[in-house]
Amino acid sequence: MAPAAQRVIFDLKRQSVRELNQFLHGELDGVREVLVENPDGAHSLAVGLNAAVRVDIGGHAGYYAAGMNKTATVVVHGNAGPGVAENMMSGRVEVSGFASGGAGASAHGGLLIIRGDAGLRCGISLKGADIVVGGEVGNFSAFMAQAGRIVICGDAGDGLGDSLYEAVIYVRGAVRSLGADARIEPMSERDHGAVRELLAAAGLSHPSSEFKRIASSRSLYHWNADARQSY
Amino acid sequence: MCGIVGLLLKDASLRPRLGELMVPMLIGMTERGPDSSGMAVFADAVAGDRRKLSLYCAHPGFDWRQLEGAWIAQLGAAQFELNANHCIVTTAADVTRAREWIAAQYPPVHVLSAGRSIDLYKDVGLPAEVAERYGFSHLAGTHLVGHTRMATESAVTTENAHPYTAGEDWCLVHNGSLANPGSLRRKLEKLGERFESDCDTEAACRYLHWRLSTGESLEQAIEHAFSDFDGFFTFLMGTRDKLALVRDPFACKPAVVAETDEYVAIASEFRSLAHLPGVKHAMVFEPKPAQVYSWSV
Repeated sequence: MAPAAQRVIFDLKRQSVRELNQFLHGELDGVREVLVENPDGAHSLAVGLNAAVRVDIGGHAGYYAAGMNKTATVVVHGNAGPGVAENMMSGRVEVSGFASGGAGASAHGGLLIIRGDAGLRCGISLKGADIVVGGEVGNFSAFMAQAGRIVICGDAGDGLGDSLYEAVIYVRGAVRSLGADARIEPMSERDHGAVRELLAAAGLSHPSSEFKRIASSRSLYHWNADARQSY
Repeated sequence: MCGIVGLLLKDASLRPRLGELMVPMLIGMTERGPDSSGMAVFADAVAGDRRKLSLYCAHPGFDWRQLEGAWIAQLGAAQFELNANHCIVTTAADVTRAREWIAAQYPPVHVLSAGRSIDLYKDVGLPAEVAERYGFSHLAGTHLVGHTRMATESAVTTENAHPYTAGEDWCLVHNGSLANPGSLRRKLEKLGERFESDCDTEAACRYLHWRLSTGESLEQAIEHAFSDFDGFFTFLMGTRDKLALVRDPFACKPAVVAETDEYVAIASEFRSLAHLPGVKHAMVFEPKPAQVYSWSV
């Protein structure tokens, strides 16, 4: 924990989300840590950050927590609503409970860690960020994910990796169904290294040998008139 | 977008405080539904030969005392409890006959609900205004279903506000939209269901009620709804002794549940649950798509 002079507390029972975000967007003058008390499911907490600051949200967050994050570390000590860390550019976002739908949607960079389960459409349209989910992910996760890596320690729902581009998914549990064009591929040494690296970053310790790799078979990359739309 | 809230009190000592616990839940969903709101409250059932009807009339000058006199003369003894432009009538009259009599004699009066346990209130305005107008914070009971509406497919009127009811002691609120309410309605009208609004949710409410009336379980009825409804929905439903919740298979519309030994609380978002006693230690979860959750009193 940073010395008191470098730490600021926002109590959302008395202060507004706008005050919090405007403070985080301003000159931080040496503030290294911000604690947010009584978030009570408020929307848009700690969004659009662009500074080397750590924000601890002491409870459940609503929609879009830590959206568009750059550089900062945001930790939700509870559950996160839809769209946590959507369009993150860099930095680190952690959720200690579950995350609702669309976690990490279209995130370009950085690391999103969800210690519980993730809802539907986790990592939809991912563009380069890494996501580690300690539990399971819901249906249609990694839909049209273009770049980045997703490590799922539990099971995955229906349609995993539908219409994947070059993002890679590692799943430890059962996959209820794969989406169009997604396929299970052999784990290379590089894949084992990637799983080990991401699990270590999240402080998790499953053997990489328990994961399987899912990636695009690239059959949708080019128009195939013979397929007669039967994807 | 709309907001749904539900609360079922397992701890009987909390039941006098049902309304007080619920009002912040409803107000918490104002941003999701500022147009109109409503609530169905289930309390101890009246005797088996009696029924309660919740009536509503949009005209502020409506003469309820005249209606009361005519009712007693035509349909027999009844107690009238007036609350703003709503009125709860407790009666031994046959519900179908009473509905027909009101429709024929008093066209501006709507029967919002009927049953042994249910009272229903709905009106246009911000949730806080509607809650204040009808004194929601003083209501007691075992469970309730509430809604805040942001109209997307039909006008902002009291009739189009939720909850919807059909038959007796059955109500439904909806977050989402259906693309085929017209075809559902035509099918149900042929089977004898009478519609009172042009809101898509009424079609869903009457469809499920019709399925239940054929002897299907709620699970079976909803299984049919998955194939017959074209659209998005999170439905929260209430019966005399139950709350039930379901999200469509794509689960576009949110819901979160907090359960303790004292209560089960349901809302579109956690911010409507944050004030509840002991919620920090509650089991909080998101209902999975296409799965029916139900809780009994």
